[in-house]
Amino acid sequence: MASALINVPKKAKRGDIIEIKTLMSHIMETGYRHTASGQLVPRDIITSFACRFNGAEIFRADLFPAIAANPFVSFFTVATESGKFDFEWIGDNGFTETASATIAVE
Amino acid sequence: MKLTGTINVVALLVAAAMAIPPLAATEIPPNERRSGYTFMAPDTQAIQDDDTANPGMLWVLDGEALWKRKAGAAGKACADCHNDASATMKGVAARYPAFDKVLGRPVNLEQRVNLCRARHQEASPLAYESRDLLALTAFVAEQSRGMAIAPDATSELAPFVAKGRDFFMRRQGQLNLGCTNCHDDNWDKHLAGSAVTQALPTGYPIYRLEWQSVGSLQRRLRNCITGMRAQSYDYGAPGLVELELYLMSRAQGMPIETPAVRP
Repeated sequence: MASALINVPKKAKRGDIIEIKTLMSHIMETGYRHTASGQLVPRDIITSFACRFNGAEIFRADLFPAIAANPFVSFFTVATESGKFDFEWIGDNGFTETASATIAVE
Repeated sequence: MKLTGTINVVALLVAAAMAIPPLAATEIPPNERRSGYTFMAPDTQAIQDDDTANPGMLWVLDGEALWKRKAGAAGKACADCHNDASATMKGVAARYPAFDKVLGRPVNLEQRVNLCRARHQEASPLAYESRDLLALTAFVAEQSRGMAIAPDATSELAPFVAKGRDFFMRRQGQLNLGCTNCHDDNWDKHLAGSAVTQALPTGYPIYRLEWQSVGSLQRRLRNCITGMRAQSYDYGAPGLVELELYLMSRAQGMPIETPAVRP
């Protein structure tokens, strides 16, 4: 039941600096921990996060084992035109999740 | 030389005074009660305050989906009996644990979900601390956010609250500590780098940064009991529910914060 929480302002004025906040549900298992019986717990993390605005990539991040569970990524961008943000998370064991949000720029 | 001797005697007296347990612990006066929230750094408070930054909301969202999903042999979802949770579940978490007449003892929210599954959905119980049980209880408790904690006033509950209070006051474990020794007597101090706080469960289930997950009040209680090197009760044991009852009575009137964030 992976799910994302996205916070993008619904409206903005042209030229405004806006903050985009994303939260993705994921255990981010480091791959360095062992079970009580000594077996290695295999790594299971999100490895990359990207945000596209109207198809063009505006933000990308690589994620590593030291990042906590349920990664929260926030970044700033300039509102230029109305459109759609597409978010994509890719990780181990074929993990992919997408989400999107729209903004109206006046 | 004489001065050093005096200082040594004073130091000994201070050490002796610290080793003597206080005669009677005093509960925190209502106007001095503070939610664990007020002990947190502003950065951590900001995580709790913003629903799109609070990871506990991920469990609430999952719980909302589970609420509508049919389960068990009866093929019923929570919503089929309880309809819209925002109306029917409002205030429920504020008065739990509640007395169950059939069992003749108090049950907490987790147990109520599982009783409902057994009695009405004919489904197998959800394991304690499983994602689904935490999601459902977080979703139900979130419906009471902002409401004052109002423990069930049934007189049938009184002996159980008293038992919970006994547990809270009783010294136990290899460290010979009672809950009260930290949470009533020393809540304004620190244990290692962490604030001790007042044992007021206003925001459960909570997202604890240390756990990197949502956890129940019983998980927190078992942590604390293990920390004083005492033998902990199992999840769902009557002793833990009684302790929950007493803690909720301590927090009477304080607002529910579920899903709260704690370090």
